[in-house]
Amino acid sequence: MLTYILFTLVVGSIYALLAQSLMLSWGLAGLVNLGLAGFFAVGAYASAMLTTWEQAPILVGVFAAVLAGGFAGLLVCFSTLRLRDDYLAIVTLGFAEIVRIVASNEVWLTGGTDGISGVPVMIARDTGIWFHLGTLLITVAAVILVYVLQRRLLASPWGRALRAVREDQTVASVAGKSIVRFKAQAFSLAAAIAGLAGALYGHYTSYVAPDQFQPLITIYIFLAVTAGGNARPAGAVLGAYLLVAFLEATRFLAEIAPGVTALQAAALREIAVGIGLVFVLTLRPDGLLPERSQKAPAS
Amino acid sequence: MFDAVLQALVNGVIAGALLAIPALGFSAIFAVLRFPNFAIGALATAGAYIAWIANVNFGLPIVAAIVIAFVSAAIFGAALEYGALERLGRGGALMKAIGSLAMSMVIENIVRFFFGNDLRAFDLPLARDLVFGPIRIGPQQITNFIFALAIMVAIWAFLSFSSLGRSMRAVADNADLARLKGINPRLIALVTVAVGSGLCGVGGTLIGLDTSIDPLLGGRVLLSVFAAAVLGGLGSIPGAVAGAFVIGMVEEITVLALAPAYRLAVGFIVILVVLVIRPSGLLGSKAG
Repeated sequence: MLTYILFTLVVGSIYALLAQSLMLSWGLAGLVNLGLAGFFAVGAYASAMLTTWEQAPILVGVFAAVLAGGFAGLLVCFSTLRLRDDYLAIVTLGFAEIVRIVASNEVWLTGGTDGISGVPVMIARDTGIWFHLGTLLITVAAVILVYVLQRRLLASPWGRALRAVREDQTVASVAGKSIVRFKAQAFSLAAAIAGLAGALYGHYTSYVAPDQFQPLITIYIFLAVTAGGNARPAGAVLGAYLLVAFLEATRFLAEIAPGVTALQAAALREIAVGIGLVFVLTLRPDGLLPERSQKAPAS
Repeated sequence: MFDAVLQALVNGVIAGALLAIPALGFSAIFAVLRFPNFAIGALATAGAYIAWIANVNFGLPIVAAIVIAFVSAAIFGAALEYGALERLGRGGALMKAIGSLAMSMVIENIVRFFFGNDLRAFDLPLARDLVFGPIRIGPQQITNFIFALAIMVAIWAFLSFSSLGRSMRAVADNADLARLKGINPRLIALVTVAVGSGLCGVGGTLIGLDTSIDPLLGGRVLLSVFAAAVLGGLGSIPGAVAGAFVIGMVEEITVLALAPAYRLAVGFIVILVVLVIRPSGLLGSKAG
């Protein structure tokens, strides 16, 4: 039971990192990333490939995952930033699909649908409960690190300019801010955070395969971020842990429902998540922790 | 080699015609409601399943099944818009896009709940392929192609000659001017969503007739539909049709050279290339 709770909390922390990524691109910069699962996968694969096949230290793998995520983010957003925001939504959605197709088919590169097994873990597995507890501490530390970083960024001139870009591009560009540069920076930084989440996930489950990066995860994180508050770092983190609690609760409900097969139970959960997202978007689009408007600095 | 390319082109034209139907629906909805509706894939799946029930469980002919798919997908699409998405519009077009993605997951899983993940096939007579020199075509492919062309002609006639269709084009062109002329924007939006969703349902059915149906049927063609619409110019109806034929042919040619799974990648690459070179697409007016 304790192992189960710890496992859930680790997954919650990974989701919290993904939520922080989405908070940065969507909440602060207004860039809708429907390919979050793709960047998550890029990070997981980058680190798993380096550490499993090239025997690189885990820290190097994680660092490479962050870089790979950020670079993929730059690549994806580059073609659309001058256009209407709808285009980015379409391109990112396609990106996540492409990552899964390449991961499933390029066996020489990624191991194909079998995935990569035997990915090194951060804490030795034979330490029993310490394996989960230690990993939890590491992932929570990552969440806190990103949280502190985001708070600082938000308070900085960069954060203010970013929100100005989100609220009114014309005014921001008249004020001399380069719209495209701010958006590209925010998007690729957010993608790098998703890459970090992917790396940590791979080093926890010790297994990386295309099936783990379903588009479903993107919807989960949208639900987490909307429920928590899409423009507050704390909101994103809170939303992610609430989401995991909700998912686990629905798992138990589905198990006790009579006459429902496992497939049907999974379908019911996804229906609940989808309807939940639309409800939250409709009823409480600002989330539990709405954005605080910043006071102008005293001059 | 030449024969293989010729065969791929013929297959591509047929695939493009099938793709054009949901692409038309997507573009029409985008033109009038100004948001990318990600639920079109799921609506295509839903339409295909309804048509399958009509055909296999009730023994109705394919034409009747297609009509039923149109009507039911139209009702689903309208219910989705007015039951869930319209209120999200206050937060901007992207909120509706996210909501439509969430609802597409809901629809897909409702289908999965009732029908499972198994492949299902329509009740079709087995028939020998027709052979024209080096080219082989299944009779069902030809029938589907004719259905698709007939639907395109019907939509063209509807947009050109009926007052409702002309009002739709007016709203797509300039919503404010259309309102000044006394066109009711809510009515036009309703008609567009219903017709566009209905077309997706028909498209799903035609694709299901061509291969088989499963809950991911619509999701698999989603990217190709977007690519067709972006290539033609988002919101341009003739552009969507032209784009669909190009995508269909490029996809079939790609299958000659790469693993079939990369068929999906074609759409993505085309979208990227178009956005870098000519964001307004082949026939679109503006993208800014």
